[in-house]
Amino acid sequence: MRYLSEYRDADIARSLIARIKARATQRWTLMEVCGGQTHTIVRQGLDELLESAVEMIHGPGCPVCVTPLEQIDKALAIAARPEVIFTSFGDMLRVPGSDCDLQQVRARGGAVRVVYSPLDALALAQQHPDQEVVFFAVGFETTAPANAMAVWRARDLGVKNFSVLVSHVTVPPAITAILEAPDNRVQGFLAAGHVCAVMGWEEYEPLAAKYRVPIIVTGFEPVDILEGIGMAVEQLETGRHEVMNQYVRSVRRQGTPPARALVEQVFELADRQWRGIGEIPMSGLRLRDEFAAYDAERKFGVSDLRVTEPAACRAGDVLTGRIKPPQCAAFGTRCTPERPLGAPMVSTEGACSAYYNLAKYRASDAAEAVS
Amino acid sequence: MTARPAVNAAQLSCPAPVEATDHVQLGHGSGGKLSAQLVAQHFLSQFGNPALAQLGDASVVSVGGAELAISTDSFVVHPLEFPGGNIGSLAVHGTLNDVAMMGARPACLTAGFVLEEGLSLSVLDRVIGEMTRAARAAGVPIVAGDTKVVDRGKADGLYINTTGVGLLDAEFRPSPDRARDGDAILVSGPVARHGMAIMAAREGLAFESAITSDTACLMPLVDALRPLGADVHVLRDPTRGGVASTLNEIAVASSVGVEIDEGALPVPGDVRAACEMLGLDPLYVANEGVMVVFVSGERAAEALRALRSHPLGAEAVRIGHVVAAHPRLVALRTALGGTRVVDLLPGDQLPRIC
Repeated sequence: MRYLSEYRDADIARSLIARIKARATQRWTLMEVCGGQTHTIVRQGLDELLESAVEMIHGPGCPVCVTPLEQIDKALAIAARPEVIFTSFGDMLRVPGSDCDLQQVRARGGAVRVVYSPLDALALAQQHPDQEVVFFAVGFETTAPANAMAVWRARDLGVKNFSVLVSHVTVPPAITAILEAPDNRVQGFLAAGHVCAVMGWEEYEPLAAKYRVPIIVTGFEPVDILEGIGMAVEQLETGRHEVMNQYVRSVRRQGTPPARALVEQVFELADRQWRGIGEIPMSGLRLRDEFAAYDAERKFGVSDLRVTEPAACRAGDVLTGRIKPPQCAAFGTRCTPERPLGAPMVSTEGACSAYYNLAKYRASDAAEAVS
Repeated sequence: MTARPAVNAAQLSCPAPVEATDHVQLGHGSGGKLSAQLVAQHFLSQFGNPALAQLGDASVVSVGGAELAISTDSFVVHPLEFPGGNIGSLAVHGTLNDVAMMGARPACLTAGFVLEEGLSLSVLDRVIGEMTRAARAAGVPIVAGDTKVVDRGKADGLYINTTGVGLLDAEFRPSPDRARDGDAILVSGPVARHGMAIMAAREGLAFESAITSDTACLMPLVDALRPLGADVHVLRDPTRGGVASTLNEIAVASSVGVEIDEGALPVPGDVRAACEMLGLDPLYVANEGVMVVFVSGERAAEALRALRSHPLGAEAVRIGHVVAAHPRLVALRTALGGTRVVDLLPGDQLPRIC
């Protein structure tokens, strides 16, 4: 399959790994921003294979991981209402709120359904005119156009029983927040290819220049990621700090203008809480006032809900690369994949969950060697 | 490995319990950790007896000197009919396979039906027709049955429970706790077809070619392996929870490490594409006509030949082996030479956003 199989080719990948190791004169610290990239890195064991040359920090680019507790609690409150059919992407169902998750709401009688597209949720609203259908609009710039489209179309079609609970975040302010942290260790970034497919990369150019870090727009297959890492290492070794595009088969400098325009028409920038990190100014999207009728927070009166994150969870320090998951006191004890305190322990690719499994593997190996 | 801080292994050996919950969740039916917890805490704690405690695909009981394998299974699939079969063929194959995985020769089946008011009789006839065909092909009669009807809305069209009884073979007694260091691990055919066929039908996903369920009776493949006798250590059909969950169960039951090779796992192209589109891992997707075989390493080639001699096993391959290292864990060697742990999922596999 063109554009896919060659990016999974083990021989190409192995030669890229060898080249990166040969080029690195020191161990560089890079952050991949997107959860999809973390997925590939963890599943293929790329961080293990590159360990001598590059330390990969799994960044805050997983929408599941950064959706704040407050928004989860709003989702739980709305989903529990008898008149509501609450729709969501699948992996949000296990994210713990203050006292339960969406799966438990469903077990107690709430109508919670997994959908693959916000337009499916809109169709559900048309099929159930006597109920309120709410879609949990989470994600980065990648999912924003489809979510904007659903709201746009709902207004076009005059569907009144559809609304969205918006928890959108944007990448550049998160990168800025990480780079502004006094103890930042990240020396270069792999930017999320699909975010850039929508947004382009112009907005990353001032970041690369101001903070003197290479930012590589990178795809999601093993060869993409290794190429992206190779490009970042090459820049670091030669003292450069530019935005470069590895993902040329999908991303243009200006992104996809019609998608950007649609997002701009439906959403506006807003301050947004990030789970474990706190509020980052102008880092999120909210519905514009003219679409207020489709805002589930206003419709169900949950806008004022405020909660505090569990103090034991250091997800923010993990997501910003300040600590590795095992350095968190709750890791592996109070916080496990079965009973996560924070989102990075939820999905199998979350940084904490990945470390948990790796640690279990190595611990059992060590135990075996002793016995 | 210097960058990673040392992990206190003692802390990890006793993870916190699965979250307490006061209601049954869908995840309790997923075949993952929640299912295991439900069975252990609510059923075994009260029903507990030596036969039940085996927790194999089927239980072994002695009746008047004869050793029998008994298994029961309920089928609640939606939609009732899907490419490759329907709930009827599934109900027969599923239970026959569970009995066959013990090395037993199935002798008879029973079938119980819960029918929902309003179910089309032509659908019911097609389901019964498939059951009849499947049972006849296997040469196993359905000898007892029961029907109940419930109000509209109280069942998803129809539910079927089947129970199978088989005679154990003294010379051929594979069991999940018999895997040992050096075993080869084989699968009898392409994986993840059933789960994706159901999901595609349920979600109305249209692919260029319909993915068909692999639902099939595994008895002929078991018979093909019978001549290898005691060198066949484990047979399991990786139904709900997929190959990953089955391998985890075997690793725990036998206290061995399992290592599989990602590149060797046979996943058909259309199934792989559907999995990627939905963000699912084929290792955790259900199968209904595939079995996992642990056979002593020296006889692996012979076992593969035996499986491939039957059309159902034509695509049988070796996917890994048993190791002494990392007991009770399943490790996967990636195409690039990296390693990752293939854990039991806490509950249902959830489609990923990114």
